[in-house]
Amino acid sequence: MRIFFIICLSLITYSVNAQVKLLKLDDLDKRIANGKDTTYVINFWATWCSPCVAELPNFEKLRLANLKKPVKVLLVSLDFKSKLQKEVIPFVEKNKINAEVFLLNEPDQQQYIERIDKKWSGAIPATLFVNKNTRRFYEKEFTETELKNTLLNLK
Amino acid sequence: MKTLILMAFMLFSVVTFAQTEGYKVGDVVKDFSLKNVNNKNVSLADYKDAKGYIVVFTCNTCPVAKAYQNRVAALNATYTVKGYPVIAINPNDAEAVPDESFEKMQALASEKKFNFPYLLDPDHVVTKQFGATRTPHVFILNKTDKGNVVEYIGAIDNDPEEANNTKVDYVKNAVNELSLGKKPVISSTKAVGCSIKWKKG
Repeated sequence: MRIFFIICLSLITYSVNAQVKLLKLDDLDKRIANGKDTTYVINFWATWCSPCVAELPNFEKLRLANLKKPVKVLLVSLDFKSKLQKEVIPFVEKNKINAEVFLLNEPDQQQYIERIDKKWSGAIPATLFVNKNTRRFYEKEFTETELKNTLLNLK
Repeated sequence: MKTLILMAFMLFSVVTFAQTEGYKVGDVVKDFSLKNVNNKNVSLADYKDAKGYIVVFTCNTCPVAKAYQNRVAALNATYTVKGYPVIAINPNDAEAVPDESFEKMQALASEKKFNFPYLLDPDHVVTKQFGATRTPHVFILNKTDKGNVVEYIGAIDNDPEEANNTKVDYVKNAVNELSLGKKPVISSTKAVGCSIKWKKG
């Protein structure tokens, strides 16, 4: 009975983890504004972007190291919306990604690139460190140490 | 002496940086000669009657570039007759990504019946001159007395997935404006694309 319960629980957790929600920038802004002292580390990536895929484990390590701190790692996929079921969700399941994963639901790249950061060329990977007081944007790949230090030095 | 070396090094870094920055709107483009999928070399100067060019950095494998393949072909069909042919250049290194090889480029061009040149850029020489950073990345050139001048840099449109109700055809608009003797109203745009696969080492 106990084993059955554990299996059920792990199945439930698994399906919750494999969820990829569609994200509007308005919702992201609201979440940051309501986040009180939370710092959000928001990584922009795509399943087709090999340097992005390569650095994803570093974000998982950052997430695990900050579980007890007001830090949230959000992975925002820029894959096509039509690839959500066929590619993004299977990718998240296969790679056992436990951070919150979203797919950006904004039709106009020109608009959303500028809105996320004026200096952003649109190249990925790119990562935004943001809380109520600070906003730092980086168009680059991060190592585990660089992520840790950038978060620590965020004023 | 140490300071001198340091200064020389700093100067060198600045120069290298400037070189990799690439063209900006208003710059005159240096002509090139690159091998096409039919094994013949193509230069801008080969197009005697051209009024300008739509130079598209694109590739075999990038999902965004693939989504735009038909639109690039349509641009060529529409604008070659108006004097602005498409010239596609693959900026990727085949050793970094085997599917970007010249043979695979030939296969793609014949499968998709490319009606425009699809050029190989070994060692990224032309890619670096232009300062292309991703695929697809477009540079529209206008032929003038002082040479081929960059008039637009950026995306083909703001609708990669063909799902944007407020689609703007940046490249079409820019070429239409140029052909009327005007400067493009929008001369640079941003887009998400695949990073260029540079040669390793």
